[in-house]
Amino acid sequence: MTRPLAKPLRKNPLSRTKVPLLPPSARSRKAQGLTLAAATGRFMLQCCAECGTYAYPPRDACPRCLSAALPFVDAPTGGTLLSKTSVEVTSDPYFREHMPWRVGLVQLDCGPSVVTHLHGDCAGTGSRVTLSLQLDKSGQAVFFAKPVSETPHMEDDPQWREMTADPKYRRMLITDGRSPMALALAAALKKAGASTIYVGIANRWKPFDGQLQLEAIDGVEIVDLDLTSERSVQDLAADIGAKVEVLINTADHVRPAHLFDAGAANTARDTMDHTVMGLLRLAQSFGPVMRARGADGVAAAAWLNILSVHALSSDPQFGVHSAAHAACLSLSQWLRTQLRPGGVRVINAFAGPLDTEWFQTVPPPKVAPKTLADAIVDGLKRGLEDIYVGDVAKDLYARLLDNQKAVEREAEQ
Amino acid sequence: MTASRPRKSYDGVVLAVPVAVPYERYSIESAHWWIGRALRTLADGAGISHREFDGFAVSSFTMGPDAAIALTQHFGLTPRWLDHLPMGGASGIVSIRRAARAVQAGDVNIVACVAADTNQVDTFRKTLASFSRFAQDASYPYGAGGPNASFALIARAYMDRYGATREDFGKLCVAQRDNALRYPHALMKKPLTLEQYMSARPIAEPFHLFDCVMPCAGAEAFLVMREETAVSLGLPFVRLLSAIERHNAFPDDAVQTRGGWVMDRDELYGMASLTPDDIDFVQTYDDYPVISMMQFEDLGFCGKGEGPDFVRQHTFTIDGSFPHNTSGGQLSVGQAGAAGGHLGIVEAMRQLLGAAGGTQVADVKVGLVSGFGMINYDRGLASAAAILARQSA
Amino acid sequence: MSVDILETLAGSLASGDIRVVDLTHTLSPDFPIIVMPPELGQPAPFRMERISRYDAGGPAWYWNNLSFGEHTGTHFDAPIHWYTGRDLPLNSVDTLPPTDMIARACVIDCSRESVGNADFLLTVADVMVWEEQHGQIPPRSWVLLRTDWSKRNGAAYANLLADGAHTPGPNSEVMQWLVTERDILGFGTETIGTDAGQAGHFSPPYPAHHYLHGAGRYGLQCLANLDQLPATGAMIFAAPLKIQGGSGSPLRVLALVQSRSTV
Repeated sequence: MTRPLAKPLRKNPLSRTKVPLLPPSARSRKAQGLTLAAATGRFMLQCCAECGTYAYPPRDACPRCLSAALPFVDAPTGGTLLSKTSVEVTSDPYFREHMPWRVGLVQLDCGPSVVTHLHGDCAGTGSRVTLSLQLDKSGQAVFFAKPVSETPHMEDDPQWREMTADPKYRRMLITDGRSPMALALAAALKKAGASTIYVGIANRWKPFDGQLQLEAIDGVEIVDLDLTSERSVQDLAADIGAKVEVLINTADHVRPAHLFDAGAANTARDTMDHTVMGLLRLAQSFGPVMRARGADGVAAAAWLNILSVHALSSDPQFGVHSAAHAACLSLSQWLRTQLRPGGVRVINAFAGPLDTEWFQTVPPPKVAPKTLADAIVDGLKRGLEDIYVGDVAKDLYARLLDNQKAVEREAEQ
Repeated sequence: MTASRPRKSYDGVVLAVPVAVPYERYSIESAHWWIGRALRTLADGAGISHREFDGFAVSSFTMGPDAAIALTQHFGLTPRWLDHLPMGGASGIVSIRRAARAVQAGDVNIVACVAADTNQVDTFRKTLASFSRFAQDASYPYGAGGPNASFALIARAYMDRYGATREDFGKLCVAQRDNALRYPHALMKKPLTLEQYMSARPIAEPFHLFDCVMPCAGAEAFLVMREETAVSLGLPFVRLLSAIERHNAFPDDAVQTRGGWVMDRDELYGMASLTPDDIDFVQTYDDYPVISMMQFEDLGFCGKGEGPDFVRQHTFTIDGSFPHNTSGGQLSVGQAGAAGGHLGIVEAMRQLLGAAGGTQVADVKVGLVSGFGMINYDRGLASAAAILARQSA
Repeated sequence: MSVDILETLAGSLASGDIRVVDLTHTLSPDFPIIVMPPELGQPAPFRMERISRYDAGGPAWYWNNLSFGEHTGTHFDAPIHWYTGRDLPLNSVDTLPPTDMIARACVIDCSRESVGNADFLLTVADVMVWEEQHGQIPPRSWVLLRTDWSKRNGAAYANLLADGAHTPGPNSEVMQWLVTERDILGFGTETIGTDAGQAGHFSPPYPAHHYLHGAGRYGLQCLANLDQLPATGAMIFAAPLKIQGGSGSPLRVLALVQSRSTV
C-alpha cells in the first residue's frame, strides 16, 4: 500500500540543506536509445530487423542471428514478475539515501528479462506488471514496473517520485501571467495539487485584464516579473527563488515580420529580449538556487519551457518567432546540463500554433490553452523531457525524424 | 549441437604446491604485492627460482592498469606461455584447463597459476561501478546493490520455484563456519549459529549479512606441470582427472536456475570414470549459499529442484555426510576478489595431499572443485568444474 | 561684460540666490514609456545590464551597459521626430543650435483642473487668462504645462484604459496658436508625450507634435517638479545627447530659479 504523500511542513531555517546526489549515470551509446524513448514517454526496445528477436540489454549485434540491424522500436509494455528484492545496503551515495530500494526481475511479453525499479504496490513473483521507461535523477533511462491496475495514491510511491516532477504540494512559478496560457495553466496546476502558484506580471502600469481571474484561483500569488529587465528577475529570485520547485516559462512574443522589412530587426530584437534573453536572465537568477534545492524537502524538480515546435524548423510565416525559439531551445539544452547536478529536469513542451490572437491567421488545428496546460501537467507527472502538444507538433516532429529537408521545403509552400 | 568426439584425457597432468597468502580485510598494498607474495611462496614451496616458471596464468580485478604482460617485467619472469583469465570465480579451473593442455603438448613445463586482489576502502564500490557494459547499462542503475541484489533476485526466484528456505541456506553457512574455525587463515573467527544467521541484518532480501562474502585482500596459487616434472623436483602432487567449462549456458532461461555444469557434467564424470557417489568432498563456489545449492544439483549430487531436500538430509562439516567447503569457503574465509575461485582448488589440493591440517577430512581420494562467476547482467556467465585425485589411488 | 555676468551667476549659485531645480525623473526600468499598437515598432524601455561591480567581471570597478529608446523617460523631441518636420534644416538632436538649449520658461499651472479630469485640455482661452496675470509669453520661450501629473506613479501615471491613455495636454487650436502667434521655442509636459493621451482622435492627430515639429520647435516630456518653478522667469537647460541623426534623447532638464521668486 502506497502511503499518501504528506503535506510538507515548513523547513526549519536552521537546518542544513541536503545536497542533491545522482544515481549511477554511465551508459553505453546504444543504451541511449532508451533515453530517446523515455524522454517522450515511449516504451522502446531493440528488435532485430532480420529475425524479429527483441534484445536487451542494448547491444551491437543480435544474439540470435548477429545482425547489426537492431533499431529501437515501440514494444509491448506487459511483463511477468520473475523475482523481486529490496536492496538494504549499497555503497552508492545516492541510493544510500533511499534505502530500502525495490528492484524486480521481469520477463517482458516480448521476450527479454529486464532488471527494473519496482513500484511498492507490485505483488509477488508471477504477478503481471506494466513497464515504462523513465528518466532517473541523472537523466538516464531506466525501467519502472507498476501493477497493471491503478492503486490508491500510486503517484506518491517514493521511487516513482524520483522519476517524475509531480506538481503535488510543490510551489510553481509561471513566468508570464499575461500569456494566454497562464490562466489555464494555473487552473490545471492547482487541480494537480500545487500549493503556491506564483504568477509573474511585467509592467503592472499597463492594464492586465486577466488579473481577477488568476487571483480567483486558490494559491495564486501575483508577483512583479519583467523578463526584459535583469534587475526585475534578480529581485524576484531574491524573494522567492528558494521557494520555487517547478518553474514554467510561458514567456513569448509573437509579432508578424517579413525578413526584408525595415522594422524587422527591431521586432526581432524585441522578441529575442523577451524570449532568449528572458530565458537567460531567468536561468542566471533561478538556476543556481533551484539546482541547490534538488534534494531539499519536497525538492526543486523541474524547469519547463513552452516552445514553438518551429524551434526545430523555421516557419517562414513566423520567422522571427521561429528563430527566437530555436535559440531558446539551444539555451534550454545548455540549461539542462547545468541543472543536471541538482537532479532538476529541464523539460520542453513543443506546441504548434496556439489558439491565441497572434496566430489568428493560421488555420486549425491549433492548440487551445487548456490542451497545452493538460499536456504540461501530464508531462510533469510522467517525468517526460520532450512533450509534443497537439497534432501539428506531433506531425512536424515525425516528419523531421523522417526527412528534415523535406520539412524545410514544405514550409515554404 | 554436433556430437563431439571424446576428449583427450588429462593423464600425466598434476597440480603441486598449494599456496594461500593469508588474507587481510583491507590492505594498502597493490594487487601486484599480493601476486608477488604468491609467486615467492610458490617458488619456495617448489624449491626453485620463480624464473624457472616458464608459464604464468593470472587472475585479478585490481591489477589495473596492468595486464599479464606487464607483470612479467614486474616480477622478472620470462615465460613462453602467458595467460590472463578474467572470469572471476571460474578462472582457477579454466587456468588449469589451459595449462594442462600446454604442459601435455610440451609447450611449457611449469605453469604458475595465481589469483590475487587487493582490497581498499573504495575497491568494492569502484569495481561494481564499472563491472561490465551490461551491468553499467542495465543493473547497476537499479539500486546499485551489486551482485548482492542481482543474486538476491535469483535466490528469490529459486526459493519460490523449489521451496528452498532461508534455514536451508543457513545450514550451509553454519557448517562452513564450523569448518573455518579450524582454518587458521579464515578471516571469520567467531562461531555462527542458525539463529544468528536468521536474525542478521538484511542486505537485499532474501539475503542477510551471513549470506554475503566479505571482500578482502589475498592470494591463492598453485603450479601445473607434468608428473615427471613434479617427481624430478621431489614435489608431492595431485592428479587432474577431468575438467569442464561452459559460459553463458541456457541463455533462454528467463531467470538463472542452473549453471553451465549441467551441459558438461557427463563429460566431467566420464573422463574421470567416476560417479558423484565416488566424490569424497566438494568445494563449491559459494558467493552465496543458494549458488552452492544449485551446484549440488547441477553437478549431479541430486536432481534439479532437489537441492533443499539434499541439504536437509546431509551434514556438511568436515566430519559430516557430505564434506563441503572444508576450509570454510569464501563465506567464512573471505573473498579475495578473483582468488575466490582458486580458494577451493588450493583447499582441495591440501586435502588430497593430506596437508589440510585442522580441516583434514579423513581418507580422501577424490575431490570435486567448482567455479562460477561474472554476473555480467542478471546471471553468472562463467562456470567450470574439475575432479582432482590423490597422487596414489 | 559677459565675464562679469557669468561671475555673478557663479556667485549667485554658490550663495543660493539662484537655485537649481531638477525637472528630471530618474531613469529606471519601471518608469512607464509610450506604448504603440502592438503591430508597430516599440520604443525600448530603460534597461541596465551590469558589466561588473568589484567582482570577477572587473575587480576594482562598477559599470553598466544601458539600453533605452530616444523617447524613454524625461526626454527631448527634435523636429525630425515628426513627419511635419522631416525636411527642415538643423532638425535632429546633433544639428539643432546649442543656443536653443538654454531658454526662459513660462509655466502654466493647470494642476487643479487636472485633478478631477484626466482628459483636461489646455485651450487658447486658458493661455489668455494666464497672460492677463503674467504678461504675454515672450518669443522663443518654453511653455511648460504644469498638471502635477508627475506626482503619480505606475498605472496611475500611465493611466491606460480600455480605449487608450487618458492624460492631460493641449488641444489642437492652442498648439497652432502658440507656434504661430507666440513663436514658442517648445512645449513641455509632465505626462508621457507633449500631446494629450487621447490626441490620436484630434484634428490633426497629435497636434503638439504636428505643429511644434512642423515649425522646427521642440518638445519636452515626463518633466517633474514644475510646481517648484515660478510662472515666469525660470531659465531652462535642456541639452539632448548629441546622437547622430537622433530624433530625441533622454536628458537632464535643469531650471535656474531666483530664490526671491515664489510660485
